[in-house]
Amino acid sequence: MTGIIDSATLFALTGCALIGLGLYGFIVHAHLLRRILAFNVIGSGIFLVFGALGYLGTGQGTDPVPQALIITGIVVALSLTAFAIALAIKLAEEEKTAFLDDATPTEERPE
Amino acid sequence: MSAAFLLDAGLCLLILAAALLAMAGRDLFGAIAFFIVYGIMIALAWVRLEAVDVALAEAAIGAGLTGVLLIGAWAMLNRLGVPEDHKPAAGWLRLVAGSASGAITIILVAAVMALPAGREGLAPMVAEELADHGVSNPVTGVLLDFRAYDTLMESIVLVVALVAVWALTPPAVWGGVPGLRQHTRPDGVLAMFGRLLPPIGLVVGVYLVWAGSSQPGGAFQAGTVLAAVWLLVVMAGIHDEPPVSSRLLRTVLVAGPALFLAIGIAGLGVGALLAYPAEYAYALILLIEFTLTFSIAATLALLVAGRVRRAP
Repeated sequence: MTGIIDSATLFALTGCALIGLGLYGFIVHAHLLRRILAFNVIGSGIFLVFGALGYLGTGQGTDPVPQALIITGIVVALSLTAFAIALAIKLAEEEKTAFLDDATPTEERPE
Repeated sequence: MSAAFLLDAGLCLLILAAALLAMAGRDLFGAIAFFIVYGIMIALAWVRLEAVDVALAEAAIGAGLTGVLLIGAWAMLNRLGVPEDHKPAAGWLRLVAGSASGAITIILVAAVMALPAGREGLAPMVAEELADHGVSNPVTGVLLDFRAYDTLMESIVLVVALVAVWALTPPAVWGGVPGLRQHTRPDGVLAMFGRLLPPIGLVVGVYLVWAGSSQPGGAFQAGTVLAAVWLLVVMAGIHDEPPVSSRLLRTVLVAGPALFLAIGIAGLGVGALLAYPAEYAYALILLIEFTLTFSIAATLALLVAGRVRRAP
């Protein structure tokens, strides 16, 4: 323990900030790749909170159960990212756009 | 304040700065580059938390493979001439998004700070149970034994995601080869690394899964390294992707989950689904891990390659 909070708590708090940051990016960005990026930032923020709260102290490391669940989570996040990207590319091929909304892009969309 | 605490605080600041640049960078390619940097620094945070298994997975999958996927998608969108710029979000939307995200962060911070100090967790229980089993890396023990159903489902999710990606293939090229043809200079750097690194990668991959029973490592980390070898060989133009209609390829893809499931069901004979008889536990876990590693490697490499683009 140093001061008010220890290192593990600091990492958990960083995770909280990352979740907020990712959520903000997810809402304000319309570009699909940026949304996928934001989704991954939210995910790693959640993992960091989960893992850091399972930190048991120097020499003992992090609780193996959260560790195993986080590894599972990282792999599932990658599967979803790959599928989301495949869908985004399909959309780009068919509609020549990387945006889902009905807002006007800066260039005229070819019909 | 100890030096270690200052190091951690600096690392946290760097993580937040990289995440901010990945979210707010004007240029999409720059944002992706910062996301990869961010992933590597998150991996460092896991090292600091003494969670080396997670650090390996994060560096290889979270930063590495996700980065390759995003850069590939960016290149594809460029090729298609899709406009990157968009009307910026309205002021009210930014305000609402900012307040909502800020509120969620504050609630999470309050929840973290409200937790009682002094945690014991499940580590002692895992250590106690692990004594009867062959593996001594507690994370591998949890992944393949105590919470084996999670890992089984996860390995199936990977294959299902690949099937979903393949399902986007137009009928004209079905059964063909995924991804675009790679062109490289035969005397270029990529071609050289494509020949130099795969043998090293193969050894590292097999070592990671073997070491995973007693040290940090395991099927997912090793599978990612092998997938990286596969990607490098394809990108360097040394060997093309296999056609998705290949029976051998499909066998490799499902072998890991299928064997895992079969051994899991056989566990009913000794008491419960996914239970291993104590005297064979180590051998069975190793068998599952090795088969799973090759299935994971093939699935990850093909997930990155994307849907089928060229006729067989």
